[in-house]
Amino acid sequence: MKYINKIKSVLTLIVIALIVAGISSCGQQAKDSDAFRKGALSSDVASRVYVAPGEYDEFYAFVSGGFSGQLAVYGLPSGRLLRVIPVFSVDPEKAYGFSEETKPMLETSFGFQPWDDAHHPELSQTDGNTDGRWCFINGNNTPRVARIDLTTFETAEIIEIPNSGGNHSSPFTTENTEYVVAGTRFSVPYPQQDVAINTYADKFKGMLSFIKVNPESGLMNIEFQVLLPAFDYDLAHSGKGKSHGWTFFTSYNTEKASTLLEVGASQNDKDFIAAINWKKAEEYLAQGKGHDVPANYKHNVYDEATHMATSNQMNMVKVLLPEECPGLVYFLPTPKSPHGIDVDPTGEYIVGNGKLSADLTVHSFTNMIAAIDNKEYDTIIEGIPVLKFEKVLAGTVKAAGLGPLHTEFDGRGNGYTSFFISSEIVKWKVGTWEVLDRVSTYYSIGHLMIPGGDSKNPQGKYMVAMNKITKDRYLPTGPEVTQSAQLFDITGDKMELLLDFPTIGEPHYAQGISADRIVSKSKKIYKLEENEHPYVAKSEDATKVVRDGKDVHVYMTMIRSHFSPDNIEGIKVGDKVYFHVTNLEQDYDVPHGFSVMGFENAEILVMPGQTETITWIPSRIGVYPFYCTDFCSALHQEMQGYVRVSAANSTTELKWSLGE
Amino acid sequence: MITIMVNPNRANDKDRTFAKVLTNQIYIIINKLITNKLTTMKIKYLIILLVVTTAISCGSGNQGADTDKSTEQKAGEATVHDPMKNKGIGPVKNLVIANEIDMEMAAKGEEIYNLKCKACHKPTEKFIGPAPKGVLDRRTPEWVMNMILNPEIMIKEDPDAKALLIEYNMAPMANQGITEEEARVMLEYFRTL
Repeated sequence: MKYINKIKSVLTLIVIALIVAGISSCGQQAKDSDAFRKGALSSDVASRVYVAPGEYDEFYAFVSGGFSGQLAVYGLPSGRLLRVIPVFSVDPEKAYGFSEETKPMLETSFGFQPWDDAHHPELSQTDGNTDGRWCFINGNNTPRVARIDLTTFETAEIIEIPNSGGNHSSPFTTENTEYVVAGTRFSVPYPQQDVAINTYADKFKGMLSFIKVNPESGLMNIEFQVLLPAFDYDLAHSGKGKSHGWTFFTSYNTEKASTLLEVGASQNDKDFIAAINWKKAEEYLAQGKGHDVPANYKHNVYDEATHMATSNQMNMVKVLLPEECPGLVYFLPTPKSPHGIDVDPTGEYIVGNGKLSADLTVHSFTNMIAAIDNKEYDTIIEGIPVLKFEKVLAGTVKAAGLGPLHTEFDGRGNGYTSFFISSEIVKWKVGTWEVLDRVSTYYSIGHLMIPGGDSKNPQGKYMVAMNKITKDRYLPTGPEVTQSAQLFDITGDKMELLLDFPTIGEPHYAQGISADRIVSKSKKIYKLEENEHPYVAKSEDATKVVRDGKDVHVYMTMIRSHFSPDNIEGIKVGDKVYFHVTNLEQDYDVPHGFSVMGFENAEILVMPGQTETITWIPSRIGVYPFYCTDFCSALHQEMQGYVRVSAANSTTELKWSLGE
Repeated sequence: MITIMVNPNRANDKDRTFAKVLTNQIYIIINKLITNKLTTMKIKYLIILLVVTTAISCGSGNQGADTDKSTEQKAGEATVHDPMKNKGIGPVKNLVIANEIDMEMAAKGEEIYNLKCKACHKPTEKFIGPAPKGVLDRRTPEWVMNMILNPEIMIKEDPDAKALLIEYNMAPMANQGITEEEARVMLEYFRTL
């Protein structure tokens, strides 16, 4: 008994202690946890990437999906995936490439392309600063450039690049988005023709394209192309500040090998950076020096008023020939197959990273202009002067690592270069070329990104490394492991790893921008009054079903939580049924979906005020349900309907109804 | 312990009295504990008492004086709630309507209504939601406009809107992005029905 009593008293004391602790903390809970976060956890990196539920990230990161063909949007510093924007590949979730309105976006001169390899997102700039209007991205495989509208986060335009064999050195804007560029990675016969491959050195050419961007609408057109020797043009960046007016492209395979490039394209000690004076090009165009060359390419534009894309056939490009245009192009010798080319925020330094080298080669724009003025040429290749290496060189970052690829800047006078082979990022001082810090990446980094890191004013708080190999960093998921990005804090002297986060496809390159440059412009709904879709039904009174031979057009509306009409009869086997579905909602974040049983197509996901069209060719008789695929309200499960399919020769009357 | 439990700035009088009673009970039990007169049942009772006391002091502490006021208000409404005196919750506080119907406004209102509202509200008969015909005999003009302009808050907090949501099978009134001016002309249209 005594023993039990002891237990009792101990128990009671514990309970009292707990309650007292509970009471005294309950009023102060919020304050205490703040203090806890600021105090005890301040050294914990987790708290530095933690964005509390309901709060926003500080930056948007637009990360290419690489071979997924898409563009993924993440928040930084959390690394949370916010959206995947379909660009070059079909996306059944959003009906991109499936709906009648978006199919034309993926048309090319070769026909409909359901896929591409998307490499380099590039934000539009004004005065050399990211302005949050558009994001451009290149399609590698079937050469194209896309423009994404950052009010809607939708692909607004795709232009195909003729006379190109793989669009890698692209899109890389000029400082007021006068141009985005598209340099061919693979040289191809010019004009394209049926020739023996071993005629490469004679018959093949490399083309660099300059795409003019309309400053109001963003619409792109290929203003001119420059015909260059049959090298591989790898990456590009445009000048800024004092070098505004120039664009620089790296090249490799100046040996002009057409087989076993692994050996054949690494013979020369130096390849070239091609410096193009595009302001000079404009002068030559004005003088009529551009050749009208027949070409075959598509220009696809999405119209926000009609909610519909059109694909336009283009038949001509203007080509400038360097031998006819002195001063248009110069070659800057650069060691060991230069890959990335990056211009520092002042526009003075042009960093060429020889990917088979240990050093970074930095050219000076001032030196380059002086060498041009003094005609300091090594030689002239196909009408293009090759400037003397030592006359343009500004300095070398010596033995920094193995396999330098890309450089971005922090706006505080430092460069950050990724090294693929030694799998690290090296921070170095612009001007003195001294190495300041190095940090490992996991593993085999390709590009790296600092928000605004290739603009005049980088927002140098974070840096993202995009790695080619993940190996042991995540739970295994069969032979393929998720691709990954890594976030670093670069505000201190030492770079500091904060976070690994998985990405879609291959995170090839990215652009970052502070959220406030985009948030206020983000569109919330499409206004019904402004909907100019030819098959819109702006109210239920306007819904109908119209037969035109074997084509049947269903003008349908959706609102929480019913379709109008929701009973349709008189459809026949073999008809082509167009469901033109308008979402009548005018409220933020209330899309509705639509899908029919067995209709061999993707769902459509219709935004408030938008009209989308999906087609169906019914192959057998019966009554088939359709329903809303995007959870919309407590009555979402009731948002359904039926369509009756009769035999091809039946006389079932065409009729439609709601609530009858 | 008592001073911590009952925070005089936050708890109301009723809470404080109740907490005092509970605290006395706890003291009696603790005394018994010390003098060894306690059964296991009583320990359980003690724990329950302690938890309740904590809940009172924390609960009232967190909600504060505003909650007390609103509870009183709600109690008042429950007995004499008159929808014709309820102006709803939203930007429209006071609206004076002319005796004559402004037919020009009504025509504009009908246009907007047909585009943005008719999918769920047929003018003269019950559909997904109620018909606007005769709505001003049932509701104040301010309430009608606030329901159009501020439906999310209305169906959460306004007693008449809440009742309608239940009556209409949980189909929530959609926010159709209507401006105040548009809601006003639609109100004029409703008068013609």
